[in-house]
Amino acid sequence: MIVRELELDLDAFEGPFDLLLTLVLKDELDLAELDIAAIVLAFLERLAEREQLDLDACGEFLVLISALLELKARGLFPEEAAELAELEPEQAAEELARRLAEYRRMKEAAGWLRERLETEGDRYFRVGPAPLAPKVEPTLAPHDPARLAAVIRLLAVPPPEVSLAHMALRFPPVVQFLERFRSVLQRRSRFDFDQEVGELSRIEQAVAFLALLELRRGGEISIDQAAPFAPIRISRADVEREDSWTLRSA
Amino acid sequence: MDAPLRLIAANPLDQLAKTVEALLVVASAPLTAQELAEAAADDPERVEAALGLVGERYREGRSGIVLEHVAGGWAFRASREAAESCARLIEKPAQRNLSQAALETLAIVAYLGPCTRPDVTRIRGVAADSAVASLLERGLIAEAGRDEEAGGAIRYRTTPLFERVFGLESLSELPRLDDLGASVDEIRDRLHTVADIA
Repeated sequence: MIVRELELDLDAFEGPFDLLLTLVLKDELDLAELDIAAIVLAFLERLAEREQLDLDACGEFLVLISALLELKARGLFPEEAAELAELEPEQAAEELARRLAEYRRMKEAAGWLRERLETEGDRYFRVGPAPLAPKVEPTLAPHDPARLAAVIRLLAVPPPEVSLAHMALRFPPVVQFLERFRSVLQRRSRFDFDQEVGELSRIEQAVAFLALLELRRGGEISIDQAAPFAPIRISRADVEREDSWTLRSA
Repeated sequence: MDAPLRLIAANPLDQLAKTVEALLVVASAPLTAQELAEAAADDPERVEAALGLVGERYREGRSGIVLEHVAGGWAFRASREAAESCARLIEKPAQRNLSQAALETLAIVAYLGPCTRPDVTRIRGVAADSAVASLLERGLIAEAGRDEEAGGAIRYRTTPLFERVFGLESLSELPRLDDLGASVDEIRDRLHTVADIA
């Protein structure tokens, strides 16, 4: 199968592949208008018609189509457009050939390396991590013992203790409030939470609230609140609330 | 008194050769003459001469151990005759199953290095990430700073292990690129041949 005789039927071009290449190289056909995928499809169809994979044709096609693709890609990127626009078709072909040659050389170099691997493959040697050089012992200059002692004494002074005062959060124990609320409830059957703890700090109020929850959990009290943010009212669990509350809150 | 003593004393170079031999046995990578001289606390030129003696003794056909000048230094390796036996004993992970992509990438780094992944990609036309990763893992290439002009891309160079695996004294032993492959003219001619047949 001969790649250059590949018949193409594209939107922008109809005819053999080599004519397409000629037109592109002579700048008579805008690569941007060319659907390269369609060329690939045409080639693949031709390839599929044959039973045997034609590697030579594949290789040739790949080289040509990738050259076309690179030319097209460069044409599409504006930053290189100026550089490319200055190129005459001849120069573009030159540039393309230069790049292909560069790759070809590296491919040959890779081939050389592969051969080298084969010829040098029977050289066996030991490989290890880089050896460590012995550590050089640091030598100490002579020192005056009295002076050393003075320095160490300086170092031995304990540093001033860091003050944690600003971090102090004094949490009164929950038990304190448990007892307080229990004794209040012994005197009165109900009380208003806000009134009871209103003069305390925010932290203390929070702990007091925890104590409330604790009492509620033990079934010692019941808690009522008419609406969100309304006063919280506490009553002994054994006291009926409804009527008396109405009286108090009225 | 001096003359008879000199006659019975062993050749001092012989003594240095023994030391060099010992140093090469304990080293895990090729040592330069300079490194050998420092370790032996002797003169580099005398070390070179002693290396000549060692090399004479350890050479293909004469010994199972062979002295070779490789990767810029001196190292012992097994003789080629013993290769088959060695192959049954040890694996060569650095060069096993190197793909074509990896070899091409290796060639580019060897010839153009230090160079970046984009450099490799530009020449090969396909992304080089997996080939570079594989070569790094094998220890055939290593990072060599960053290319400040190309947005700080990492640059790579080949390692001494690369030279050792491929049996090169140095990178300058690689064949000249001009001697390899088709010239620009040849490829351009071919492009035009294809194009002009229309």
